[in-house]
Amino acid sequence: MNIMSSPERTWKTIESGPHTYKEALHPVVINNYGKWKYHEIPRPGVLKHVGESGDTLFTVRAGTPRQDTVDMVRQLCDIADRYCDGHLRFTVRNNVEFLTPNGENVEPMIRDLEAMGFPVGGAGNCVSSVSHTQGWLHCDIPATDASGVVKSMMDTLYNEFKHMEMPNKVRLSTSCCSINCGGQADIAVVVKHTRPPRINHDHLSMICELPKAVARCPVAAIRPTVVNGKRSLMVDEAKCICCGACFGACPAMEINHPEHSKFAIWVGGKNSNARSKPSTMSIVAHNLPNNPPRWPEVTDAVGRILTAYKAGGRPWERVGEWINRIGWKRFFEETGLTFDEDMIDSYRHARTTFNQSAHVRF
Amino acid sequence: MEENKGASACGSHGCSHSNGGCGEKFLNPTPMLDELEKGPWPSFVSGFKTLAERTKKPMLRGVMDQLEYSYNTKMGYWKGGLVTVDGYGAGVITRYSMIKDKIPEAAEFHTMRIQPPPGLHYNTAMLRELCDIWEEYGSGMLTLHGQTGDIMLQGIDEANVQECFDKLNEKGWDLGGAGAGMRTAVSCAGPARCEQACYDNLELHLHALRHFVGQLHRPEWNYKIKFKFSGCPNDCTNAIMRSDLAVIGTWKDAIQVDEVAVKEWIEEKGVDALVNQVINLCPTRAISLEDGGMKIDTRDCVRCMHCLNAMPKALSPGKERGISLLMGGKNTLKVGVNMGSLIIPFMKMETEEDREKFMELVEEIIDWWDDNGLDHERIGETIERVGLRQFLDGVGLDVDINQVSRPRDNPYFKAKY
Repeated sequence: MNIMSSPERTWKTIESGPHTYKEALHPVVINNYGKWKYHEIPRPGVLKHVGESGDTLFTVRAGTPRQDTVDMVRQLCDIADRYCDGHLRFTVRNNVEFLTPNGENVEPMIRDLEAMGFPVGGAGNCVSSVSHTQGWLHCDIPATDASGVVKSMMDTLYNEFKHMEMPNKVRLSTSCCSINCGGQADIAVVVKHTRPPRINHDHLSMICELPKAVARCPVAAIRPTVVNGKRSLMVDEAKCICCGACFGACPAMEINHPEHSKFAIWVGGKNSNARSKPSTMSIVAHNLPNNPPRWPEVTDAVGRILTAYKAGGRPWERVGEWINRIGWKRFFEETGLTFDEDMIDSYRHARTTFNQSAHVRF
Repeated sequence: MEENKGASACGSHGCSHSNGGCGEKFLNPTPMLDELEKGPWPSFVSGFKTLAERTKKPMLRGVMDQLEYSYNTKMGYWKGGLVTVDGYGAGVITRYSMIKDKIPEAAEFHTMRIQPPPGLHYNTAMLRELCDIWEEYGSGMLTLHGQTGDIMLQGIDEANVQECFDKLNEKGWDLGGAGAGMRTAVSCAGPARCEQACYDNLELHLHALRHFVGQLHRPEWNYKIKFKFSGCPNDCTNAIMRSDLAVIGTWKDAIQVDEVAVKEWIEEKGVDALVNQVINLCPTRAISLEDGGMKIDTRDCVRCMHCLNAMPKALSPGKERGISLLMGGKNTLKVGVNMGSLIIPFMKMETEEDREKFMELVEEIIDWWDDNGLDHERIGETIERVGLRQFLDGVGLDVDINQVSRPRDNPYFKAKY
């Protein structure tokens, strides 16, 4: 029965798009909208904005688990009601921000947040919260649980979130498949499949549109076939690059595997235009096990990179800029990671990643 | 509704929880997940447990059991389907359990994507309303925010979806995008709380997403298309890599310099810092040391933002502000990462008229993609396949040297003759 068209429905949908924002803004924000002069970071996790009018606005930033509950959101609302006249916002990296013109509210607000278990930090030269994906909790194609990886990672980086001791900001991401919904970042932890899809020939033709699945493959490795009298698909395993694109189009082409879906670590993504142009990430470790519930191998690799960057980066250098200065050879030496033949690009535009010069580091 | 099914299944691992005695536990033991309650970072597992023990919703117990099962088997167990609300073709992400014979309580666990206010600015009344409705109809679990920018209300039965939507919609909330259509957008804090914002991205975000609200709710294109609105080239929303249409604030004239604040900065930090951390890091060597101070040659400036970030009190974006439009950003699947590339170097974005003009242009762009794109092809891939020049021609945009990093390095083209 389609309850969606139930006759007792009285509300007529308003296709309103995004929720309106003006009523969400603090009065001091409205008065200084577009007229802020500068900001400073008086202590970790706190921003102080000063308007042309002379008004000041304090922001207290705290980390959240991203995977929230109504109870937790109500707790955050309690803080905002107590200290910020009921105004708060979130950052694109899942931090929560509390905005108040009253400087005296800052310290008690930090105490309350920390007492509730929300670490204050994530602003300026530090490791901010991880931009990440959904995982086993809700996604239909995940090889892992990003929330768990992130929790494990941030437990070890807790102090780096709360203190500003990095050369520049550090942005992390985590993704549960090669689509990389977590995004490009200074350091990214992304699932890397290592085997072609396992095909369920009994179900494939019933649940998949064959031409769509064939067309989805970027290297033309999928071909129609007949197995036990049923139409199905086959994969040329020599051609397959284990991207998992077919799985999205056809659930009977299972790319996930409890042992063969591994983790790779990527570095040097940067979207800001500051100094160097935006850059995409390079792979620096792979074949790390998908090891719940705490993923120690992944956490260790990320920690090595951050330790080397923290020790060797110059002011304002992002991870990728630091590597550009010291070179990839030293990067691998200082992090203890190993460059291997699989890290030589073999895909489209591979030549752009070859060293087209006589610049050599010894 | 089923009550307390399996609640007594408290095994040998189940008694380590801090909240209450074993016999009274609503949740089943989850020893793997419990490991994620350790450590200082806030734990989503603890949050889920608190919510489940308070509300005693069987769906929450089911989803915890299924997650624990995934942690043990290292596989996921959700499959998609089709659930939606009246008149919409997208916005509810359907999830049915593949192991409902084992774990029946989370047989359905659908997500409702909800569009937040631009810039993720909230007041507590809005959020409390949202929480109250979500607790009444759904699981009470949510994500703030999903990677495309939605509020993700996770965990609802199909039977409750329409009524939940109606209640939310009455309070000004609408579903977000999914499938091959316009998607929910993201904005940075914008002029609400940033001195670097070069245009009102919050207003443009609201305007643009309302303009395309029909195509967001009823997907009908080749594939998804996403807007992101960053106030300045620091690009805090990662528009260049995460959106097909990256609207990034910029300016045309000289950086505004507050000479007094420059002096104060140098007095405080020293000339070494000025040289090492500002002048030497300018990517186009547009800044020179002059009489112990700094001189910026505007002709060489590419609006990278570094000096403004280093000296926020002393330097500000110029006065002639607007947007750059970059296009084609998307992540890895299938062709590898596509960075957005510059299409329109500058457009004013101050008035309602400016916003309307921009919407007309985006309509043209999407029409071109709709005509020329292939199934499951993002607009950046279409432009690469068909040609940037052909795209500009098709949409009626001017060729501009800023669209390339340099002229081509091969002679293989046929000029007009």
